[in-house]
Amino acid sequence: MSGATAIKLADFQANARAALKDPKLRDSFTGAMDFLIDRRAQQFPDLEAFERLRKVGEAVRQQALSKLPELLEQLENKLTSLGVQVHWAETAADANRIFLDLARRHDASLMVKGKSMVSEEIELNHEMAAQGIECVETDMGEYILQLDGDRPSHIIMPAIHKTKQDVAEIFHEHIKGAPLTDDVNELIAIGRRALRDKFSAARIGVSGVNFMVAETGSLVLVENEGNGRLCTSVPDVHIAITGIEKVIEKLEHVAPLFALLTRSATGQAITTYLNVITGPRRAGEKDGPREMHLILLDNGRTQAYREERFRATLQCIRCGACMNHCPVYTRVGGLSYGTTYPGPIGAIISPHLQNLKETRHLPTASSLCGACGEVCPVGIPIPDMLMRLREAGRHSVAQSATPPQQALRGQGEVRQLAEALAWKVWRLLYSHPALYRLLVWFAARLNWLTPPWQGGWTQARAPLKPASKSLRDLLAERGRQRK
Amino acid sequence: MSPTPASPPESVARDGKRNVYFFATCVIDMFAPEAGFDAIDVLERSGVDVHFPVRQTCCGQPAYTTGFPEEAAKVAAAQLDLFPEPWPIVVPSGSCGGMLKHHWPKLFANDPVKLAKAEAISARTIEFTDYLLNVADLKLDSASRRPLRVALHTACSARREMGTLECGRELLSRLPGVELVEHAHESECCGFGGTFSVKHPEISAAMTSDKLDAIRATDCDAMVSADCGCLLSLNLMLKKRRDLMRGQHIASLIRERLDGGEAR
Repeated sequence: MSGATAIKLADFQANARAALKDPKLRDSFTGAMDFLIDRRAQQFPDLEAFERLRKVGEAVRQQALSKLPELLEQLENKLTSLGVQVHWAETAADANRIFLDLARRHDASLMVKGKSMVSEEIELNHEMAAQGIECVETDMGEYILQLDGDRPSHIIMPAIHKTKQDVAEIFHEHIKGAPLTDDVNELIAIGRRALRDKFSAARIGVSGVNFMVAETGSLVLVENEGNGRLCTSVPDVHIAITGIEKVIEKLEHVAPLFALLTRSATGQAITTYLNVITGPRRAGEKDGPREMHLILLDNGRTQAYREERFRATLQCIRCGACMNHCPVYTRVGGLSYGTTYPGPIGAIISPHLQNLKETRHLPTASSLCGACGEVCPVGIPIPDMLMRLREAGRHSVAQSATPPQQALRGQGEVRQLAEALAWKVWRLLYSHPALYRLLVWFAARLNWLTPPWQGGWTQARAPLKPASKSLRDLLAERGRQRK
Repeated sequence: MSPTPASPPESVARDGKRNVYFFATCVIDMFAPEAGFDAIDVLERSGVDVHFPVRQTCCGQPAYTTGFPEEAAKVAAAQLDLFPEPWPIVVPSGSCGGMLKHHWPKLFANDPVKLAKAEAISARTIEFTDYLLNVADLKLDSASRRPLRVALHTACSARREMGTLECGRELLSRLPGVELVEHAHESECCGFGGTFSVKHPEISAAMTSDKLDAIRATDCDAMVSADCGCLLSLNLMLKKRRDLMRGQHIASLIRERLDGGEAR
């Protein structure tokens, strides 16, 4: 279903233009983001305390990434000893194949799924539907989108672009017997009732993972609705899927990351549910899945891991604070990006998951204002990452001043001759003071030749016109006067 | 981009005179010369000898942020020898100042000779309002007392990279008669972002437009900023809107107030 309305990546600019013209969308995003910014700020009243906690979070994530292969091996051994089957998936197709095999083995025609962006990344619902297997979203936001054939526009609040009236109509149309109401509590109750039956009927429950603990083999799942706990405890089989970067070394490392995650994401000091799942049902236990699987997805992450300059990208704990604070995201909305992950984190991770060429408009869609880096709870220097991606897209390995170990996917493929040439001319003029002075001299005296039309700039602004006297001219005049 | 607390370089010569280099920025040189002129004037009134190296061009930021660091490095390299004396380098822009302070050393990571020079420049680079407030300690008591409501737009690089948000606010608070008025979403970017405004003109324009609406909603008499990049974008949209207000560099406001508060 989600594939049907997938937006083509190359359309980012067209999508953004359309979104900017939609006052309803802009108002709802601005309102929602302001609310979240406020809630987060209330959770971090003391900036120094935030900085201290952030340093801890950053260190935990950096330390884990610095020994990623070892930790993954330790995790696999621990999980295996707990009776969890670990599967490695290099691509989205590999992951879907594993899901399909497991579904067939258990003769399952229905899966219930908790919120998981990695499952969005592999388009699990769509792929399973193509094989006749229903995969039902149980997170309320995701469920609304699934009914409507829409996609998440935010990684934490997926249906943030829907109004309650939208939801009322979607439920009325798609849920049997649902009355048309825009009472939020009633809507939630309708959704929950519809989902209840699915939980008990499904053989397989699917979930994402927030943190994987190498020392204990625990999968940590953070949620508010309780659907995650149902998905991971009611069905006979639990399949968790996540990216390889989510591993951390010790159980005690969960505490600072959890504190940072919930405060940064929704401005909550703590979520309603924190699930720490360590293996399937044991002998004598009355609940929990009888069988448990973990699928570890690469899908381009090793590229970011391999290249030191991009590794910090993988520190992300998916809180969404960067998008909440991003002036671009707030205005164009999440769907415009056309990628699984929108906003600043999407702009720096998507080029690794896909390639630089397909995602070429994302790293440039930022004024580098730095709001994202300022709020990132694990200290990812997002603006630096954006600039590095801009460079990598425009320079082949041979052309690059800071060549990667191996070419990134799409390395140098964003390069346009005209742009590269323009910067060479700029360099020539600006690195030779005599030429630069000549340029300024002519620009001032010929400023009446300024073209009235200057591409995109003059759509909303008056033309950029040099002053009739440059600062140098003014200073020279003053020097003469003083003599 | 972590803010750098003000750490004013010392610059008092033997005769008690302060000396500074002035890195005007190409934006000011070509598009907003009065801002540079006023900044130099204000520095001189605070008793500083201002030196303008004529071979200066651009900090290289446009190329650097667009993904052409080699080009930026060439332009920066041509200016590494322009500041031989151990004087502070005052930059009337948080954005260009941030480039010198935080990014020039990165450009020469593989060239120890140039790196040493870039690091020396970085250590001496100080943003204009920071210098005026924390080093020159300009006296503003004698300035005009005429009431004026002022909206301040702080550039993102000034706020987040140079940590000079409070410098601008403090300077305004020291101007008699001047009342700082807050505007909605004050910490949000004005949408200029250098080549961003050319590559994504509609998104950039939406941001600039919102910023102007927020400032216009305050009923301020004047709008100031310490960054001419932002001001160009804001002013040229005001012009397109046929709005007569124009933002000015904080240096120009200070000079005007010292001259008696009459607009030139």
